[in-house]
Amino acid sequence: MFPTYDVIVVGAGHAGCEAAVAAANLGSKVMLVTMNMQTIAQMSCNPAMGGVAKGQIVREVDALGGYSGIVTDHSMVQFRMLNLSKGPAMWSPRAQSDRMQFARKWRNMLEAHPNIDFWQEMVTGIVVKDGRAVGVRTGMGIEIPTKAVVLTNGTFLNGLIHIGDKQFGGGRAGEKASKGITEQLIELGFKSGRMKTGTPPRIDGRSLDWDKMELQAGDENPSKFSYTDTPVVENQLPCHIAYTNQQVHDVLKTGFDRSPMFNGRIRGLGPRYCPSIEDKIDRFAQRDRHQLFVEPEGRDTCEIYVNGFSSSLPEDVQFKALRLIPGFENAKMFRPGYAIEYDFFPPTQLRLSLETRLVNNLFFAGQINGTTGYEEAACQGLMAGINAHLKINEEAPFVLKRSEAYIGVLIDDLVNKGTEEPYRMFTSRAEYRILLRQDNADLRLTPLAQKLGMQLDERMERVDKKQAAAKEIEDYFRQNSITPEDAKELLENKKSAPLKQKVKLHSVLLRPHLYIQDIRQIAPGLDEMLKKYPKEFIDLAEINMKYAGYIKKEEELVDKMNRLEKLHLKEDFDYNKLVSLSAEAREKLTEIKPVTIGQASRISGVSPADISVLLVHMGR
Amino acid sequence: MYQDYNTTDTIVALATPPGVGAIGVIRLSGPEATTICNNIFTKKDLSQVKSHTAHFGRIRDEAGKVLDEVLVTVFVAPRSYTRENTVEISCHGSDFILQQVIELCIRQGARLARAGEFTLRAFLNGQMDLSQAEAVADLIASRSASEHSLAMQQMRGGFSDEIALLRQELLNFASLIELELDFSEEDVEFADRTELIKLVNKIQTIIQKLLDSFQLGNAIKQGVNTVIAGRPNAGKSTLLNALLNEERAIVSDIAGTTRDTIEEVLNIQGIPFRLIDTAGIREAQDQIEAIGVEKTMEKIKQSAILVYVFDVIRTPPEEVKSDLKKLQKTDLKILAVANKMDLNPYTKAEHYTGEFLRTEQFVPVSAINQMNVPFLKEKLYKLVVQGELNLESTVVSNSRHYEALQNANGSLQDVLRGFSDGISSDFIALDIRKALHHLGEITGQVTTEDLLGNIFGRFCIGK
Repeated sequence: MFPTYDVIVVGAGHAGCEAAVAAANLGSKVMLVTMNMQTIAQMSCNPAMGGVAKGQIVREVDALGGYSGIVTDHSMVQFRMLNLSKGPAMWSPRAQSDRMQFARKWRNMLEAHPNIDFWQEMVTGIVVKDGRAVGVRTGMGIEIPTKAVVLTNGTFLNGLIHIGDKQFGGGRAGEKASKGITEQLIELGFKSGRMKTGTPPRIDGRSLDWDKMELQAGDENPSKFSYTDTPVVENQLPCHIAYTNQQVHDVLKTGFDRSPMFNGRIRGLGPRYCPSIEDKIDRFAQRDRHQLFVEPEGRDTCEIYVNGFSSSLPEDVQFKALRLIPGFENAKMFRPGYAIEYDFFPPTQLRLSLETRLVNNLFFAGQINGTTGYEEAACQGLMAGINAHLKINEEAPFVLKRSEAYIGVLIDDLVNKGTEEPYRMFTSRAEYRILLRQDNADLRLTPLAQKLGMQLDERMERVDKKQAAAKEIEDYFRQNSITPEDAKELLENKKSAPLKQKVKLHSVLLRPHLYIQDIRQIAPGLDEMLKKYPKEFIDLAEINMKYAGYIKKEEELVDKMNRLEKLHLKEDFDYNKLVSLSAEAREKLTEIKPVTIGQASRISGVSPADISVLLVHMGR
Repeated sequence: MYQDYNTTDTIVALATPPGVGAIGVIRLSGPEATTICNNIFTKKDLSQVKSHTAHFGRIRDEAGKVLDEVLVTVFVAPRSYTRENTVEISCHGSDFILQQVIELCIRQGARLARAGEFTLRAFLNGQMDLSQAEAVADLIASRSASEHSLAMQQMRGGFSDEIALLRQELLNFASLIELELDFSEEDVEFADRTELIKLVNKIQTIIQKLLDSFQLGNAIKQGVNTVIAGRPNAGKSTLLNALLNEERAIVSDIAGTTRDTIEEVLNIQGIPFRLIDTAGIREAQDQIEAIGVEKTMEKIKQSAILVYVFDVIRTPPEEVKSDLKKLQKTDLKILAVANKMDLNPYTKAEHYTGEFLRTEQFVPVSAINQMNVPFLKEKLYKLVVQGELNLESTVVSNSRHYEALQNANGSLQDVLRGFSDGISSDFIALDIRKALHHLGEITGQVTTEDLLGNIFGRFCIGK
């Protein structure tokens, strides 16, 4: 019934969809298997993409030819650039999406792809032959043959939903859990673990009193995610901010004895940085209120998402507590929040290509690797899709360095350090944050993806234009001057010392608190010159000039570290021979088989002294 | 440079300096250390003895010929310097005997250790961190009590501990900044800028203290170059001899006897002073003397201290003043020694003090009678050690540490500049990370290949 596919992707969430299009765009014949075609690209949790560090990832995914940015741009109901008061490395795009529109757009784009086929059924096992994945087995007993498999099972593997005392199997509210895969992988020698995540209740927006909440509108001049020609959001919807109070906390506490979190029924570890409301009250007892973001689920629905109120307390306790929040006095619930436990596979069992060490041509992406978040899942899917394609074509894996992308940081962290709790990206995880900005993801990554054969002509053309523009603007700033008279008022306003003589625009820009947007108001001819460029190009020129010192410093650090990245280790090296290594280091190095000394240095349990030992034995 | 290093065999080397001494110690380290020694040692079965015990006996070669009567100390792994089985053989200090014994050990299966290999093993076996390993190198090369104490202190980890503490504080600082960067959207409390600046200032103060101590540490390690200069026949060489208590320089009444500069090391309370005697400063009468004068000026340029000696009878105050004016140099500390005080006890400091000499720099002595020489020593010591020299307090003596501290200080300076320029905290975080990196270089938390080469290349054989 089926031909032999190049790549089978199991699961059609953020990771699965990106994996399918990445492989398909490179030319692979892809089969996307999902338990339910109606829930392709569901936003299972909050209806938003991006945010601090996550927004950068979406930009990177787009720069590499993924679709998450495009889909978000098409389904956006609100856009905000976060952290604008901070430096450009922190600027982080975030969008509220229309949940249904988001899923629809994804499905349209997948269906439009001639290289992607679909099959709706539960996959219960992988067909493995000679240590290589050669197919998947479905619940009906069908075997679909393939050259590579990408598993993106999300929270579905033995998913167990908790609401108060109640618990039931399921991968998502109202959907079945997936059985069989975990058991088979364990049989194959994989180690597995349990993780936990949660989601807040969904509310009937018609029952809320919006006037009692703070309004949070979108940006006046919204930007977007994709580097391609996608629409900019119009008619933005507002979000609202509400606060819990002591009464809310008191009611929530009445349910603690029935909380699966506190009575030990949930064994999986949840994310510390995305705690449930009961966790917040328990751990931060001194706080008398917690902030809630009240977010619309879409344009043509009254469904509301209460960000910050994730809970697995009994539904009646959730309901009672909600109604004590100002604005929620008459709130009606569509469904309660819940916690979900699921299987994951410690990602230290992966290669940097996301291929498993145990089974060739089998790739893992998304929550199965212990991550959390749509963006984290999407970028892993993209990389797994690319690498599955490269693997079956006997090409070298595509691995991004920590200095090249947040994606590189994420995968490097997962493989070398593993994770105890659901892994979420933070900018502080990236040591070269100033280089990994949302504004230059295309400059960093599009040429790499183009070289792989992603056919990103539109994006490439823009990269060239952007670079040329930044250079033209910089040249202008270095060649043209401003007089003390012209600059006087602005400098006074900015409390900056007056000019004594004519100086180049460049040197004015380098002063603290002075930006192109100020200087273009006063420097004759500048505004005219800048008008022909989009804001993003001007931003790049400004960042390149104003923060040149910091950028250079970081590049020097990269160079320094890269020396260790260039020292290659043999994969079959017998670390047990090196008795001078600590026992833990021997074990971890044997398990993870780092490719370079640099990678070895990041493995948890491998100390600097161990690295010195390796260097000495390498003859350095 | 460590190509093909086998770190699992047994190595042997002379552990004491080469040359004839009362005893010479040969050290063996590795799994076969005890066995090898046992094979050549008679009287006792060393495989049966307890760790940290000494045994008297004879070393015999394969033919049964006695090479030496020795004392053997056995250290059982892991309770040894290298954490391996270690044996130390104290022989009689003849180069010939020592060489014979070492060759015998090699024939029995040991390998001659390479430079720094014992310490390399100690490091590889987790006995010490990098900065401790460096301290060992210093300890081996130590020449004076203070230097020894300094090296011992570093070896015990005092220096690393202090840096580790600083680093931790900075790390806490960095986390606060990161918190507000990554969680700006959430209801988090922001890091208090004034508190942060205070913390940076505090860390900088401590780093500055450590940096300042480098000068002292360096003095202890390298010695303080001290030039003795003055007019011919002022008694420079006599003073040198008085300080050293030995007849070293050629002393005569004929002016201009000392034509070459002579270097001696004077140890005052643990600080080594490299005393450089010079030919007299005057208009040269002949070619050789002209070169001598030139050399004197050259030596002054390379020195930290100038001891200017003058004859209270022959040299009038104006000439002393004009000499001092000529010899003045930034950073040069000067003592004016009024020699031959016994001939004119009424000489007063105020005759000589002025723009180029303060009263406390004036030191009356009579070199020939050893009069007031201890006072001069005291003065010299105080020029180097301001206040109390407390060797328990952390002293930086290693130039790699100095550089790392300086870099850390520079990065912290950038942090402060960033704050005052209103630069956003993501950039400031970069400088904090750099500072953390530099501090980590000292404690070995960051390791680079050149670092290792630098450290292990400095060890002499046997340690």
